[in-house]
Amino acid sequence: MSGEAVTTERASEVGGMTIGGRTFGSRLILGSGRFDSPDTLVRCVETSGAEIVTVAVRRVSLDRADEGGLLRHLEGTGVMILPNTAGCYTAEQAVRVARLARAAGLSEFVKLEVIGDERTLYPDVVELVRATRTLVDEGFVVLPYTSDDVVVARRLEEAGAAAVMPLASPIGSGLGVVDPLSLRFIRDAVAIPVIVDAGVGTASDATVAMELGVDGILMNTAIAMAEDPVKMARAMRLAIEAGRLAFEAGRMPRREWARPTSPDEGRVGE
Amino acid sequence: MSRTRTASTIDVVANGESHTIPDGQTLAGFLAARDLDPDVVVVERNGEIVPRSRFGELRLETGDRLEVVHFVGGG
Repeated sequence: MSGEAVTTERASEVGGMTIGGRTFGSRLILGSGRFDSPDTLVRCVETSGAEIVTVAVRRVSLDRADEGGLLRHLEGTGVMILPNTAGCYTAEQAVRVARLARAAGLSEFVKLEVIGDERTLYPDVVELVRATRTLVDEGFVVLPYTSDDVVVARRLEEAGAAAVMPLASPIGSGLGVVDPLSLRFIRDAVAIPVIVDAGVGTASDATVAMELGVDGILMNTAIAMAEDPVKMARAMRLAIEAGRLAFEAGRMPRREWARPTSPDEGRVGE
Repeated sequence: MSRTRTASTIDVVANGESHTIPDGQTLAGFLAARDLDPDVVVVERNGEIVPRSRFGELRLETGDRLEVVHFVGGG
């Protein structure tokens, strides 16, 4: 097989996901941070097949003109922009940033982040549930980044979240799925989509997460910081599809001892 | 910069820093003077979001506190 044949674009073999009443063809959500250029980001969007791209809300520079801004670069890709509330440490801050993001007029969707600890970037789940309630009341479609705690996931669902986004491991760590059992508990406990958000480092991590039955994965650093981000974007697309297919196929049971695959009867010389 | 030598200037605080602007300048004028595309920024004035449709009519006042934000790369 030539390299070109492998990279031929084609429709996903697995169905997409529906969040907040909108259906997306891809199960991969791409974060737009830490890319070396807007061009690399756009190529990764196209190669990964992502239909949702997250962005952050920050002050503009009033001293020198920013060149065009991120939105101009992403315009042609047709993705849905998903603003986040990264950097917020209280419900009030996060609600304020979410409102600013919505005023940009793109959508009601928000990736809700309320950080509770600087070193781990683990969420403050008490503030998170509070902010979710407020934003849902205001008509937002809320996608909270949360811990891998099944009770918190339930609380977020009760608060009206459109999805829950538990971490696989700390943001930007690339450690992969540290606690698969907890992610499975969450998958079984809530009816809303479960998106693994943060911690995926390479393709096999994405596949492991998808095999647990989660609906999708949000990733950023794994692609942006790869030596070849565009190639990794392609790998992630395939990994997510492979993991989803394997989940739907239903894996064989694990067993302790070997079991021959060739017949016992009729062996030569018996 | 839109700083002028006449007495008719006012000071506002935008993104945490003081800016001296012509008295009577609109929010649209403030953004234009800084080469900012009004279609890609969101502005909060004294804690309240200003609808884009009002950028042209809203005259800034002494002591106004503005947050001018846009989208940047982020996960």
